[in-house]
Amino acid sequence: MTAAPLRMTYREACRQAIRDALLADPRSFVMGEDVGKYGGCYAVTKGLLEEFGPERILDTPLAELGITGAGIGAALAGLRPIVEIMTCNFSLLALDQILNNAATIPHMSGGQFAVPLVIRMATGGGRQLAAQHSHSLEGWYAHIPGLKVLAPGTVEDARHMLAAALADPNPVLIFEHIVLYNAEGDLDPAVTAVDIEHARIRRPGRDVSIITYGNSLPKSLAAAEALAAEGIPAEVLDLRVLRPLDMPAILESVRRTRRAVLVDEGWRSGSLSAEIAARLADEAFFDLDAPVRRVCSAEVPVPYAAHLEEAALPQVADIVAAARELVKPR
Amino acid sequence: MSDAVADFLMPSLGADMESAKVVEWLVKPGSRVKPGDVVAVVETHKGAIDVEIFLDGVIEDLAPLNQQLPVGALLAHVRGTGGGGTQAPAKAAAAPVQPAPVPSPPPPTAPLSGARGRVSPAARRRAEEAGIAADSLHGTGPDGAVTLADVELALSAGPKPAPAEPARAGRSGFDPAQMRQAIAAAMGRSKREIPHYYLGTTVDFHAAQTWLDGYNASRPPPERLLPAVLLLKATARALVQVPQLNGFHGKDGFSPGPGIHIGWAISLRGGGLVAPALHDVDRQELPALMTSLRDLVQRARTGGLRSSELTDPTITVTSLGERGADSVLGVIYPPQVAIVGFGRIVERPWVVAGNVAPRPLVTLSLAADHRASDGHLGGRLLAAIDEALQDPANL
Repeated sequence: MTAAPLRMTYREACRQAIRDALLADPRSFVMGEDVGKYGGCYAVTKGLLEEFGPERILDTPLAELGITGAGIGAALAGLRPIVEIMTCNFSLLALDQILNNAATIPHMSGGQFAVPLVIRMATGGGRQLAAQHSHSLEGWYAHIPGLKVLAPGTVEDARHMLAAALADPNPVLIFEHIVLYNAEGDLDPAVTAVDIEHARIRRPGRDVSIITYGNSLPKSLAAAEALAAEGIPAEVLDLRVLRPLDMPAILESVRRTRRAVLVDEGWRSGSLSAEIAARLADEAFFDLDAPVRRVCSAEVPVPYAAHLEEAALPQVADIVAAARELVKPR
Repeated sequence: MSDAVADFLMPSLGADMESAKVVEWLVKPGSRVKPGDVVAVVETHKGAIDVEIFLDGVIEDLAPLNQQLPVGALLAHVRGTGGGGTQAPAKAAAAPVQPAPVPSPPPPTAPLSGARGRVSPAARRRAEEAGIAADSLHGTGPDGAVTLADVELALSAGPKPAPAEPARAGRSGFDPAQMRQAIAAAMGRSKREIPHYYLGTTVDFHAAQTWLDGYNASRPPPERLLPAVLLLKATARALVQVPQLNGFHGKDGFSPGPGIHIGWAISLRGGGLVAPALHDVDRQELPALMTSLRDLVQRARTGGLRSSELTDPTITVTSLGERGADSVLGVIYPPQVAIVGFGRIVERPWVVAGNVAPRPLVTLSLAADHRASDGHLGGRLLAAIDEALQDPANL
């Protein structure tokens, strides 16, 4: 007898994932700004302080560099820290620790020191939080060797990626999209773990591969639905892991559909989508039946005004138009 | 060393070849190959050619079928060849001169002016496989580009099924127009680059004919010899004495051929010409040579020449046969340095011991590369052929 699917929000899935980790491993703990008494800026850690106490749910000063450095030290010393950075915009204050220490120490020590650190960050725009709280910087981190970069785009991944990240001996960054926190999805109780290596086809299709991650995933799925109504069967590939990229899956899909639309909430120039486009040109050139197209954020600081913010971020209509143009131009 | 990986490259099957397609692999990835094995069938303007390999090991990474690949393109890797390295586009003898600097004219499909029609990479590849011109199709893709679907549509709608089938349909087909182009390029290069000198001499074929008639009289037709065999063998014998005309001219001047491998000019039905090698003609008995000759002509006309037969000739012999002209002034096939011609054997008055008598005569000619030899040497070759023909029993 299979259990009925469990419906919950992405936020709740994140919360349960953290709670599970705390229960499963006494070495694990949470630290970050407002994670304790306030319950997290996005309410992900609500109730955990009461359950686990101040030794395992640590409210920290507003000092990303310090928080991250302490997390790295704890990880080096054998703990399993879960560091929360309120938004990835603030993570730039911790960039030195992330790049020069977390990503680098395992290499520089010849593998003698592992940094089993997990950093969770909120990312993305769409909630009118303006230019200092709305950017998508995961593509920058995907540039850095030594890091694993995850972007859960479904409730299932939000629920299960953390355990896999904690099991990884290397630093793992998890980018949770702020718009997704309120999104609801079904959890299959039979699924108790997910891998953090592979991209996944969320909707199979024949004529164009829409390659995306994070909050652009539901937009891409909506676009695929609209395209299907126009007679264009579009495939949606959820990258899930932004570093290292699952190139075999990307190439398999594009070689089959022969067309690719990359949807990336980052800015276009020097972006993750630019990297994927370059690799497609390199490795799938003779399989392509159309140019590789990208749908990215406008190259402006994300605006505050709702209509401007909407115009700046990739939207379903943009994805539909890009895909249609490749398959059935008119 | 045993793990060395060597590259197996598209061979140059003559100075007039720039590219070809693999239409069939006769080995599978992981097959064991050894020197001399025929591993692939390659389609050139000379028809389907069996390509031999000269590497030892396990073959893998086979190149895809039906793609036009330039000479020197990677066809496969061979793992486990002692010493690794590369199987050069041509075999050692011809290698120094192989990077044929044929100043080829721009391909007719790419006009010098005007933008190239937009064809997607996938469509371009499919069209090439099918042998159709994608540029001419109606494009429905972005910016009017021809897409894969456009090509598929043209293939399914068009009256001619995709002529990508020759691989399976048979292995005869060479394209006469393409071959004409290749001959034009090679002969043009020859006349531009090679300072030819020409010699001719008339040979009394009486002794040879008499011997031949006697030999053939007691034998059933399949075992009989043709005059061509005597001419070939006599030429080979003469080349043993005058090796300076058997070989190649390259950057560093003349290099002698590794054996006497005579390219025998065979005219193909429907036009065109190919001159594949008869190997070590000086060392073959006449009956064996006759068998080789029959087999070679047969395969040249039906497909199935081997790559070494196209790369190995060290000299060319052309014989115009019974219905040809009395004499021929040949054009050297670069990088060879000489071509020997035989006119048809004709009965003419001839002075024998002070009396005019009817005799079968053949006009023997030589065109040779003046960079590699002088007329005196060429004269010696013709004299030696004449001499050999006067003693047919010893051929």
